[in-house]
Amino acid sequence: MQHNNSLDRVLFGDNQFFGVNHASDDKSRAQAMRFKDDQSIIRVLDQAIDLGVRTFMCTTHDRIANICDHLRANPLRYSEFKVYPCMPYAHKYANAVTELGIMGTINQYVPGSFLGTFAKGGMAVVRSDYSKLMQILIDAEMKMFHGINTPVIFIQNVLVDMILGLGMFEVFRDYDDYIRTKYGAEPGYITMNMPDLYDALESVGIVNPIICASINKSGFRMSGGIERNELYLREKTFRPIAMQVLAAGTLRPREAFAYLAQFPRIESVLFGSGSKQHIAENIELIQQCLLVPQEA
Amino acid sequence: MNTLRAGIIGLGKMGLSHAAIVGAQPHVDLVAICDTSAIVTNAFKKYGRATIYSNHRKMLRRENLDFVVIATPTKLHYEMVREALERGVHVFCEKPFSLNSAEGQELVQLAQRKGLVNQLGYHNHFIGTFQEMKRLLATGVIGELVHFSGEAYGPVVTKEKGGTWRSRSSEGGGCLFDYASHVLNLLQEVVGRPVKVNGSLLKQIYSKGVEDAVYTLLTLENGVTGTLLVNWSDETYRKMSTSLTVQGKKGKIVCDATELKVYLKEANTAEGLEAGWTVKWITDLAIPVGYYLRGEEYSAQIEYFIANVRRQEPGTINTFEQGLYTDKVIEMILDHAA
Repeated sequence: MQHNNSLDRVLFGDNQFFGVNHASDDKSRAQAMRFKDDQSIIRVLDQAIDLGVRTFMCTTHDRIANICDHLRANPLRYSEFKVYPCMPYAHKYANAVTELGIMGTINQYVPGSFLGTFAKGGMAVVRSDYSKLMQILIDAEMKMFHGINTPVIFIQNVLVDMILGLGMFEVFRDYDDYIRTKYGAEPGYITMNMPDLYDALESVGIVNPIICASINKSGFRMSGGIERNELYLREKTFRPIAMQVLAAGTLRPREAFAYLAQFPRIESVLFGSGSKQHIAENIELIQQCLLVPQEA
Repeated sequence: MNTLRAGIIGLGKMGLSHAAIVGAQPHVDLVAICDTSAIVTNAFKKYGRATIYSNHRKMLRRENLDFVVIATPTKLHYEMVREALERGVHVFCEKPFSLNSAEGQELVQLAQRKGLVNQLGYHNHFIGTFQEMKRLLATGVIGELVHFSGEAYGPVVTKEKGGTWRSRSSEGGGCLFDYASHVLNLLQEVVGRPVKVNGSLLKQIYSKGVEDAVYTLLTLENGVTGTLLVNWSDETYRKMSTSLTVQGKKGKIVCDATELKVYLKEANTAEGLEAGWTVKWITDLAIPVGYYLRGEEYSAQIEYFIANVRRQEPGTINTFEQGLYTDKVIEMILDHAA
């Protein structure tokens, strides 16, 4: 299980493929056009792999299912390749909740016959057994990754931060247990509120968690203030993954990645790009800035 | 600092989001929640700490709240807001404000008479780019205004179906109340209040009974004319995208939630803007917040509201009066389209 415990230095993200850009709606639209078909995504993934990327961290967007089909169809090419799923693809649910309400959304996205899933208990079970409901939704999201190596499974920041704000910390405990027992994987948490999340996880006995958070020189989306975030990066025991290092593309890569060097606990850096040249440059800069050796 | 007692009525998408944000605020205790959906209230029962109610009157009577967040369907706003205000509770209410302006007027007066903090959830006012646009327009950088366009597009209804209150116009469903209200409210505070509707198209695309798109020509109080273009059945947008464009005789400003683009015919040294295009990004303009969920603006508006509650002084951003004005413009558009 040793291999399950180390994270790659470089994690390749998927925002660029789905028109997610935090600094420009224009760029977002241009990206949506460029990556209209799955082949264009696969082409960039292959370039990233050729440049040394071994981990793809992606949302459970519908189109990722097609990418997974491609990975399964070419086992030799992708034998070393890992995928870190991040669930759920929130906009899918958010738009559905606006239109259908919460029950309507569950009905739409729980696979198969909803009542059949719960056999005799039916809706009564859903209304009281949230662990079971969460497990069903996780299984539904994980279906597309069948047969693919997914050593870490993340919950997206929208959900993590909502559970955090609502103070329902036991949900994290349930999630953590289920991911470990059912998938033999390490649970991961994406957040925009890293210090508060760390405290919450600790309060329910989750130790040394993998936390993917905004970490950048300009303090962008480092809620609670950059000082408190930096304090936690120095003093707390967890496995940080830095995202939004470039602050949505507004920082220069060299200075942006250099900022990370002062926090030796950072295990990985997540970034996405559609440009081969940018991918190559970022990988090189990340290798330079994260100097502390990784656990093998 | 004393701890404020907070309650939330309505735990749909916005209510849950508000509950998380309120719950994360320092020195605020979310002591009570109110909803009729068992799947939601049972989750609070199992994992949460707040007392659960299915009747808002009971909650207001028993809990001695400092403030309440109301995020129910629009048709319920009037009664719930009124009862909260009458009990001396400060109110944050989701948008749109009311379904008819007579009721809205009554609530505005009641809040004023009681001296209570009253705020609506038109969150675009807490996005740094739109705040900067408002500031720049006030300094007159683009000269005399000649045209505006307020736009919003998104993928809410992209298939033919219906069934919830959002597909019933009488309950505040439809693109005009839901999407267009955001743009109208933003427009009125950033550029000017619409005073005349010159023509309107309310189009049904997939919905039955309500419009999916609103296209209208408006005249503002400052005499500027322009367009409102809103469509919630446009799946080329990943999520709701709102923008304002204003053209003046000396330049133009194009603004959305991520970028503010200013074009000037001549440089403006006081503002440090060069001739031609200048782009400012949200990464520099975002309002820092203590807790983040879905966007700084959602937390920033609650932080602002709570700060006003602590001061016991109504704020100036997103007041009921401003929301009432938006409701009146919606009525003008409906009358014109009828």
